[in-house]
Amino acid sequence: MNQLPFSEGPQAISVTLSLSIGRCMRRDRTRSVIGSFQVVSLIALVAFAFSGCANREGGQSDGTANTELQGKIDIDGSSTVFPITEAAASRFRKLYPNVNINVGVSGTGGGFKRFTRGETDISDASRPIDASEFAAAFEAGIKAIELPIAYDGLTLVVHPENDWVDQLTIDEIRKIYASGDDRSPAPKFWSDVRAGFPARAIEPFAPGTDSGTFDYFREVTVGSKQSLRSDMSTSEDDNVLVTGVAGSPGSIGFFGAAYFEENKTKIRAVPIVNPETGKAVLPSADTIKSGEYSPMSRPVFIYINSKSIARPEVKLFVNYFLTHAAEISSAVGYQPIPAELYQHAQANFTGRKTGTHYLTAEGEKRSGALLEVFQEQNLQEAP
Amino acid sequence: MNRRDPIKTQVRAGIDNDPEGPLASIQLLSGEPRRKLDARFRGLCVTIAAVSVLVLIGLLASILLQGVPSLSLTLLTGGPEPDPSEAGIRPAILGTLWVCSLCALFTLPIGVATAILLEEFQPRNRYGRFIYSVIQLNISNLAGVPSVVYGLLGLTAFVSMFGLFGSRTSQGGGLEIGIRYYDQFFSEGMRSILIPVSDPSRPVSEPVDGMQGIDTSGNPVTLKVISVGEALPTGDALQYTLFDDAEAGRITKKAWYHFSLPLGRGVLTGALTLMLVILPVIIISSQEALRAVPSSLRDGALGLGSTPWQVVWHVTLPSAMPGILTGAILAMSRAIGETAPILIIAGIVYISRAPQNLMDDFTVMPLQIFNWISRPQEEFHSIAAAGILLLLGILLSFNALAVLIRQKLHKPLS
Repeated sequence: MNQLPFSEGPQAISVTLSLSIGRCMRRDRTRSVIGSFQVVSLIALVAFAFSGCANREGGQSDGTANTELQGKIDIDGSSTVFPITEAAASRFRKLYPNVNINVGVSGTGGGFKRFTRGETDISDASRPIDASEFAAAFEAGIKAIELPIAYDGLTLVVHPENDWVDQLTIDEIRKIYASGDDRSPAPKFWSDVRAGFPARAIEPFAPGTDSGTFDYFREVTVGSKQSLRSDMSTSEDDNVLVTGVAGSPGSIGFFGAAYFEENKTKIRAVPIVNPETGKAVLPSADTIKSGEYSPMSRPVFIYINSKSIARPEVKLFVNYFLTHAAEISSAVGYQPIPAELYQHAQANFTGRKTGTHYLTAEGEKRSGALLEVFQEQNLQEAP
Repeated sequence: MNRRDPIKTQVRAGIDNDPEGPLASIQLLSGEPRRKLDARFRGLCVTIAAVSVLVLIGLLASILLQGVPSLSLTLLTGGPEPDPSEAGIRPAILGTLWVCSLCALFTLPIGVATAILLEEFQPRNRYGRFIYSVIQLNISNLAGVPSVVYGLLGLTAFVSMFGLFGSRTSQGGGLEIGIRYYDQFFSEGMRSILIPVSDPSRPVSEPVDGMQGIDTSGNPVTLKVISVGEALPTGDALQYTLFDDAEAGRITKKAWYHFSLPLGRGVLTGALTLMLVILPVIIISSQEALRAVPSSLRDGALGLGSTPWQVVWHVTLPSAMPGILTGAILAMSRAIGETAPILIIAGIVYISRAPQNLMDDFTVMPLQIFNWISRPQEEFHSIAAAGILLLLGILLSFNALAVLIRQKLHKPLS
């Protein structure tokens, strides 16, 4: 609530106030309007705060929900980003009840497929757009604005009775999850992972292969060329993974931080050794935000169809989303990205800078921390 | 000499006549053990039946325990909000009602008509019989196809219609009726000003001073456009004032009869896809019901000089109606609970509005429940349980209605 990087002066007060009065609030406008108008609106706002939302359906421009704006926004994509988008949509609709927003969960890849056909205005993605999707969109005449929204911390979890795993290095995780070959088969017992671990059977769990979570985990552990082992239990439903890991002491699994937060009593998070500092780090709000919990934290994105941004409802929604992304993402169990990145994203959106930061001019994938990649000079407009 | 068991004698006689016969393997028992076996078998049947009933009771009890505290008016009237205390299932309930009623509307006539054709109008010649048997075989096979396959079929056959009618984006396209296009400006006074668009293929309007538009209630208004940096007017004039860099967005207003091709991901597509899923079930059960009508009735009617059509309409169909309706009830119950094809067709889990026309986006109750269950928060799991109770309630009331209709239609054969 205190991190509202784009509001200054009376607007900041109006934002704080409007949050405190919940439903009957008026949006803060990003376009600068003359000062007297702001003051008038602030006074009107205070008046409405005390009059108790008397005129909520009225839709006048003086402090209640605006029933004037109409239209429909189609969103589809990652189920990881869904809770953030849904929260943004739900809050936005309290300000503009006549704007219809549909959010689907076709997965990051499925969402991009619809996005590149022009069926959706916004695509949720738990990984950056890849070269083939970028090319497909470009061919269809659709340019995308890439906006990072939050960090998601992948959490590696074990059964609470598992007392031997104190921490794991990326190499050890790779050993557990990589598909083996004839010379070095995937480990069957914990003792194969590190000398000193008991000879208990390993039961690995993982999210479904269609999810961005699976892709990201594979990339940071075994790399995109190798595959993860095929003899693990996978499920698209993270609650199934939680139940699975909580059900047997030899198990290990991974999923988004939000699911760990809700199930802290049933499972235990494993500290992961940061390859750069050599320190074992547990996922937490602070370590994910600061980048210490690396490489298991990843940014999540929304992609805006450049053909849709001229529409007032889309423009207002994305502006609202970016302005409140920090607050919304922490409310639903994700970590906000640094304020300067939100500012950069806002500037890219206002300036309609299309393209991706995650592909080089040669179409190679660019990887690295969000702070380094999300830079002006890395923006590729065309494949 | 012992008293001879009459049954044993009979069976023995059968075996003696045909040592390889089907009775050869029966172990012959005399009086007492035979009755004991009978009692034991009855006990086994009762136990197995009790187990299934107990499982059902257990399931219902656990859902009731979990769901009843979350049953509230908000659940009935609210949308799928991310805050558990505000979450509701209204768009999904209405979506389910729309899709299932439409589905019943399509499926019942087609299904019953097909069953009548296959049962009452069988061809006499060999080739006709062959074609009939092929159709019959395929219907039986289709009844066993997993519903997700029908979802994929619906995606190509209905959503995109094999690309025959061009592609539809969020801004329209393809063939359509009952739709009007507007360019929407959002004024500095936060009013929406709509410029009617006669030709949707034209680019979106640019703001021009003095442009005529309508406001949201349909009253004519005149746009005032000022350049960036100019001071905004005060009072009412502000409501229709735009900066000259303002942009319009194209929006649509759809009448209740709005229809378009390709069908897209709307209610109609959902209903047609569910129709594919349950049509084989309805055909087969209607056939069974028609077959159960004694042929003496048909023969009697034919003997009195009725035409085949009169026999079907006045004799066979009324007598088979209870059976047909029972089959229809079972099939509709399946349609209400079907998730997989709808997930493929609609795939929307946050939807803010119930469907307004046949082409409108929708979600259904099982999908909403599925979405709530897969969330991490415990509160959503109880809301999902409450949703299941509502779904059961709707299912039972549908069934009760059908049973009532069946009772009304039921006429004794004699």
